[in-house]
Amino acid sequence: MTVALERPAQTQSSQSAAYANGTGSFAIEAGGMGVYYGNFCAVRDVDMRVPTNKITAIIGPSGCGKSTVLRCFNRMNDLINSARIEGEVLFQGQNIYDDSVDPVEVRRRIGMVFQKANPFPKTIYENVAWGTRINGFRGDMDEMVEKALRSAALWDEVKDKLQQSALGLSGGQQQRLCIARAIAVEPEIILMDEPASALDPIATLRIEDLMKELSEKYTIIVVTHNMQQAARISDFTAFFSVDEYRTGNLIEFDETEKIFTNPSQKSTEDYITGRFG
Amino acid sequence: MGQLLRTSFARELETLQTDTLMLGSMVIQALKESVEALRRRDMDVARRLIKEDEIINKKRFQIEADCLRLIATQQPMAGDLRLIAAVLEISTELERIGDYAKGIGRIILLIGTEVLIKPLVDIPKMCDIATEMLQQSLDAFLHQDLEAARAIPLRDDEVDDLYNRVHRDLIEMILEDTSLIDRCNYLLWAAHNLERAADRVSNICERIIFTVTGEFFEFDMN
Repeated sequence: MTVALERPAQTQSSQSAAYANGTGSFAIEAGGMGVYYGNFCAVRDVDMRVPTNKITAIIGPSGCGKSTVLRCFNRMNDLINSARIEGEVLFQGQNIYDDSVDPVEVRRRIGMVFQKANPFPKTIYENVAWGTRINGFRGDMDEMVEKALRSAALWDEVKDKLQQSALGLSGGQQQRLCIARAIAVEPEIILMDEPASALDPIATLRIEDLMKELSEKYTIIVVTHNMQQAARISDFTAFFSVDEYRTGNLIEFDETEKIFTNPSQKSTEDYITGRFG
Repeated sequence: MGQLLRTSFARELETLQTDTLMLGSMVIQALKESVEALRRRDMDVARRLIKEDEIINKKRFQIEADCLRLIATQQPMAGDLRLIAAVLEISTELERIGDYAKGIGRIILLIGTEVLIKPLVDIPKMCDIATEMLQQSLDAFLHQDLEAARAIPLRDDEVDDLYNRVHRDLIEMILEDTSLIDRCNYLLWAAHNLERAADRVSNICERIIFTVTGEFFEFDMN
């Protein structure tokens, strides 16, 4: 799909006004961010400020760079040799791409949950404990594991089988285990890349409920192909599209209610109403 | 450009608009017929209008059911969602205007064939203006005409002025001869129905403004 380029229309409406006039706080501030894979520009010139302790959804057609943008927020693109990032991504005022910044520390404080649940082939307990152990956790490990599993709404289902393999859990349980693993290391931001797309509708709703609960403590940024999911769970929505060079662009960022009832940009309206895809 | 999608949904939205326009036409026809029947004290037409209000009600329920089905099955967003939300409101307003026509039908039966207490001059004028406003609002709805939607309610003042005149004349007649209370009241009710019909056109225009802009807007009718 190709669309006419439009400048992102950011923070137009009432709730987001607090963020526009600087009274809201931001967990991530991307400025002039671009991503290249070799000579190919995957995403260009992203200016986007993600409000703290809110759920921000990233939506857009396939190939618009949603996951690429998400991976930039905790330097996961560093793991791709040909990837190069332009601009800056500020986390608590510091550019996470500065040479002085340790990417491992970035990924501890900005966790990630992937599309396909990927528990380690270890016990349920070890899946949660592992991250904190390698980070030098010295406290009560049992207590920490229980707390993380409770936060991920999984404790009641697994408390009697903590020493069993995580691979024996259902898909939805495995994904919640991955969320427990992500929050065990006490991140400030959780990035989620289509966290429910491989799950059945009931497991999906559980993950969505969980995201709502987690947003009281964490900033969540979620990439989703499911627009109804974005509309249901997020406070803010970023719509990306792809131009004639197949480069992703941020078209509009606003309160979710505004995006889904009265977006500012025609290409946003065309996409969310399903007129063009 | 990308591939055009959801053609069947787009067709269903068009049908929803067409049905709303059809409901509007039925209501306009009923309102005009009611005042004409009042002028002629035509009991047959009055009875028919009361009966045919059922058809208007059924049409409104069908539109409402279609709206709910589209919301449940198509998950409409943005402009589509606003259109459906507006149709839900507009169809309710239209159905209520239909009730005013039925109400005038009932008044005709109460008056019977006896001569009216005063010649009908202002009441038909009120009907003309109210139905004209309603027709214009349906056109504005069809064309999503923001300018027209903002202008149409301004004519409500004309209807209000006529109503005030009818009201004053009839009250004066009652004060002069209290035995005329019932007969004056019948005409007052008919005039009031028309005055309310014009008010509801303003509500329809507010919904058109919402459909186009996404903003909730209320005309100051004072």
